[in-house]
Amino acid sequence: MTTCCSTPQTTAPKRPSSAPAVMVSVAALVAWVALYSVLPTLAARATALLPLDPAGPAAEAARFFLYDTPKVLMLLGLVVFLMGVVRSFFSAERTRALLAGRREGVGNVAAASLGIVTPFCSCSAVPLFIGFVSAGVPLGVTFSFLIAAPMVNEVALGLLFALVGWKVALTYLGFGLAVAIVSGWVIGRLRLEGWLQDWVRNVRAGAVDLPDDAQTVADRLRAGLEAVKDIVGRVWAWVIGGIAVGAAIHGWVPVDFIASIMGREAWWSVPAAVAIGIPMYSNAAGIIPVVEALIAKGAALGTVLAFMMSVIALSAPELVILRKVLTVRLLAVFVAVVGLGILAVGFLFNALFA
Amino acid sequence: MKDVKILGPGCKRCQTTADMVRAEADRLGIDITLEKVTDYAAIAGYGIAATPGIVVDGRVVHAGGLPKTEDIAGWLG
Repeated sequence: MTTCCSTPQTTAPKRPSSAPAVMVSVAALVAWVALYSVLPTLAARATALLPLDPAGPAAEAARFFLYDTPKVLMLLGLVVFLMGVVRSFFSAERTRALLAGRREGVGNVAAASLGIVTPFCSCSAVPLFIGFVSAGVPLGVTFSFLIAAPMVNEVALGLLFALVGWKVALTYLGFGLAVAIVSGWVIGRLRLEGWLQDWVRNVRAGAVDLPDDAQTVADRLRAGLEAVKDIVGRVWAWVIGGIAVGAAIHGWVPVDFIASIMGREAWWSVPAAVAIGIPMYSNAAGIIPVVEALIAKGAALGTVLAFMMSVIALSAPELVILRKVLTVRLLAVFVAVVGLGILAVGFLFNALFA
Repeated sequence: MKDVKILGPGCKRCQTTADMVRAEADRLGIDITLEKVTDYAAIAGYGIAATPGIVVDGRVVHAGGLPKTEDIAGWLG
């Protein structure tokens, strides 16, 4: 966005110094690290206070729950904060300007990557879709963005990192990007512009020249804090519910049972996981603690990743929203292409990490 | 009299944004008309790609996420 012609804003208030905000953030980070490092001790002490047989499954479940809940919420908070700060550097309008007229291929890669860092809310999916397409962003490139943005989000990455480890979190990031890039590219190749709803094709996007938002460091830190309040405030109950279910699986479900239905030998479990995941609507927050417990009990990672992606990327409410701009035919192509991509990820991963 | 339009399909944030603008206008004693634009084609016509958006006297001043209170005062003033 250029600012060549905008007059300096005389009404803007004087920006205060960012120093206090930076100091508060550093202090908060130190407190975070201190608390995090004593969590195992605190959880063990709290478990010992409960009237449970220390060697029994109930104590095992309680220890898991009491340690994991604060740990996961703290790590999630940290990741969401950092992502909130990163996102303050991006906006949907700027991303659109970067993508408009991009060729397919490069455009798909750029769109999927920008999908991760651009602020996105599913309630904004339709205005974003129309805004992109009407401004000359190719349909397939738009889809790459629209697939990556909800799938590779900070909650999914933060929770995977907290519960299953950074390797799986990075794998999810990589494969999520791959699905978004390839699916978008395929949809672009199919030349389905004619399958948009008629009114979408007729929309003329007006030119927009938003006032340049000169943000201070304090503004960006505040954006991170707002993201924590907003996102963690919305998902904490899901996280705790998910951890409770995970704790129950840890304590009581036998290993053989999970391994037999979700293990690597059961090849049909990948398509089954994708099929079950599509109509399911949970967010990453509820599903990942359960996923962690399933992995611990012998479920194959590829199967579990496929399940997660399917639950998060293809959900019934999202399809209802997209129905407003896509014809049923195009929606079906979208589900089929993304579903096949996720399926491939599941099989590939199980094969690679045998 | 300022003419303010809130662009958004009717999500919670759009309502919050409308309430913030209304409250700020009342606080400053500025006379405004507040209108919500929920039609997708009309929203796209303003050129924004993220909601909620705010239009003051025909000029888009904000798009995506909740606005800051001090900014609202600047746009209305």
